[in-house]
Amino acid sequence: MSKKTLFDKVWDSHVVSTIENGPQVLYIDKHLIHEVTSPQAFNELEERGIPIFRPDQIVATADHNTPTLNQDQPVKDALSRQQLKQLSINCKKNNITLYELGHKYNGIVHVMAPELGITQPGITMVCGDSHTSTHGAFGAIAFGIGTSQVAQVFASQCLLLTKPKSLRVTVNGKLKNGVLPKDVILYIISKLGTNSGTGYFCEYAGNVFEEMSMEGRMTVCNMSIEMGARGGMIAPDETTFKYIKGRKFAPKGEEFEKKVAYWKSLPTDEGAVFDKEYHFDASDIEPMITYGTNPGMGIKISENIPVEENASFKKSLAYMNFEAGESLINKPINYVFIGSCTNSRIEDFRAAANYIKGKKKAQNVTAWLVPGSKQVEVQIIEEGLKDIFDNAGFQLRQPGCSACLAMNDDKIPQGEYCVSTSNRNFEGRQGQGSRTILASPLVAAATAVEGKIIDITKHLN
Amino acid sequence: MEKFTTLKSTAIPLNIENVDTDQIIPARFLKATDKKGFGDNVFRDWRFNKDGSINSDFVLNKSEYSGSILVAGNNFGCGSSREHAAWAIVGYGFKVVVSSFFADIFKGNALNNGLLPVQVSEEFLSDLLQKIESNPKTVIEVNLQNQTISIQDSDLSEHFEIDAYKKTCMLNGYDDIDYLVNNKKQIEAFEAQKTY
Repeated sequence: MSKKTLFDKVWDSHVVSTIENGPQVLYIDKHLIHEVTSPQAFNELEERGIPIFRPDQIVATADHNTPTLNQDQPVKDALSRQQLKQLSINCKKNNITLYELGHKYNGIVHVMAPELGITQPGITMVCGDSHTSTHGAFGAIAFGIGTSQVAQVFASQCLLLTKPKSLRVTVNGKLKNGVLPKDVILYIISKLGTNSGTGYFCEYAGNVFEEMSMEGRMTVCNMSIEMGARGGMIAPDETTFKYIKGRKFAPKGEEFEKKVAYWKSLPTDEGAVFDKEYHFDASDIEPMITYGTNPGMGIKISENIPVEENASFKKSLAYMNFEAGESLINKPINYVFIGSCTNSRIEDFRAAANYIKGKKKAQNVTAWLVPGSKQVEVQIIEEGLKDIFDNAGFQLRQPGCSACLAMNDDKIPQGEYCVSTSNRNFEGRQGQGSRTILASPLVAAATAVEGKIIDITKHLN
Repeated sequence: MEKFTTLKSTAIPLNIENVDTDQIIPARFLKATDKKGFGDNVFRDWRFNKDGSINSDFVLNKSEYSGSILVAGNNFGCGSSREHAAWAIVGYGFKVVVSSFFADIFKGNALNNGLLPVQVSEEFLSDLLQKIESNPKTVIEVNLQNQTISIQDSDLSEHFEIDAYKKTCMLNGYDDIDYLVNNKKQIEAFEAQKTY
């Protein structure tokens, strides 16, 4: 039998049929939806008189366009309120489970689905959101889709797709102190660029990922799309099984054991061939930051901004108001955001709290901490982390996508820098004219305490 | 979906790489629950200054350029999966986007909205941009049946790739929902004997 990759095994088991010289019909097990990219798909089906095919395989949450303060009160912005109301109406009408604002399971779609055990190895998952790649951390095929495709999955629980090529990124060795999963993925993207993964599904392999927690693996897979890859995957193992076991929608008892036996058959066969392979040495990775307007423009925090001649590079630096060749150490920073589907899980807040404990936020800094879900919020309080944050002057808000894309009121003002644990540093992403510097929760926490970027490597041990 | 066969038009040169979907349509305009009106806000923060006045340096605001073809730098449409980006470009009046590389999700979204993404070589893109910038009246012809893009009154022409199935859809104005709904029996049979 031919050697197969993890991706091949999951993909091939979901192919319903193949169109001659064309795409394949891929079956989708789980469809996650939210308020921003679903309404037009509901409209489309309604206009065409097509019913939702499998409502019980759809789970909805409100996250992109929700306030992170006073969630118990009516949403102030009329358009946002209407969009959230529309989601509730659509879900109710079509018998779709919705965890709306204030529900104990509400949260960012890529945080709440794994913590409820909806995300499982070997399944296919989609959502009208490019960071759906997050769920690949469990060995699932998970990817973002457009609204037309949301309508297709509503109508048929399938998508027409051409099988992507395979890519493997292997990182072996020992990570240095202070290097978090976010640094690992920012490092990989800085080396490979923002489009090296386009047309590919990426598997992450090597002891660095094997030793990572599920939260860390999700951070890594989350940013696969930032190098162009539709999805990222990590082979399921004992860490995965242990994480899933006992969660609300996880298989129970004998069924769980049966599933585990199947999940164990999923990892890439020894000798399977990838279309493209990259290898990195863990010891070369250091805490990272970005200096430009795409996630590939990253450097080790101790390095200087490179010098390049091309027009897009110069445009990017001009937007950021940085000089080629300069260091970012000691740059004053007035805004810090710890949150987003990349870094808003309990482990991220533990990492931040661990550094912040006993310290105070700098006077000049506004520091927002936005948990990924209600469950994470509860955990932050129960573990006593909220007290640490309160004492240090950080503001713990309510769950949602928040300042990652600034659809709600959580916007970084014009011209201000924000050291952010989110995933995109595009122009104006966090508010018109805002300047985003991507980093790990540890670097973000340290920036908030110091009021400027520091070389975190010198402050550890 | 509207059919696409051939198009002859002048073009607008957007000589910037890595144009992401946040630039095409900023998140604050994603609050609508229908597909209307996105064209008004396409490239909003590049077309307008912070005070709301028109940014006359931006190519879409330069009177010498017009047409329903957008020619953009490498890796066009990266970032978010928002189909609003395709709706905004179509809403503004574009029918074709030319680049040397497209992000996956954007490409799919474009094709699902009758907007043809034409991927050309770096060399052809550079020639094309140069021709348009030196003469904004340059006419470009895109022929989907033959899969060619040519610059009129020159010998510059290139073949482009498109998935055969998607080509049929574009030529006839079909979309994927039609195909999938017609194959429900097969999907149900698959569900009944899933192996995982």
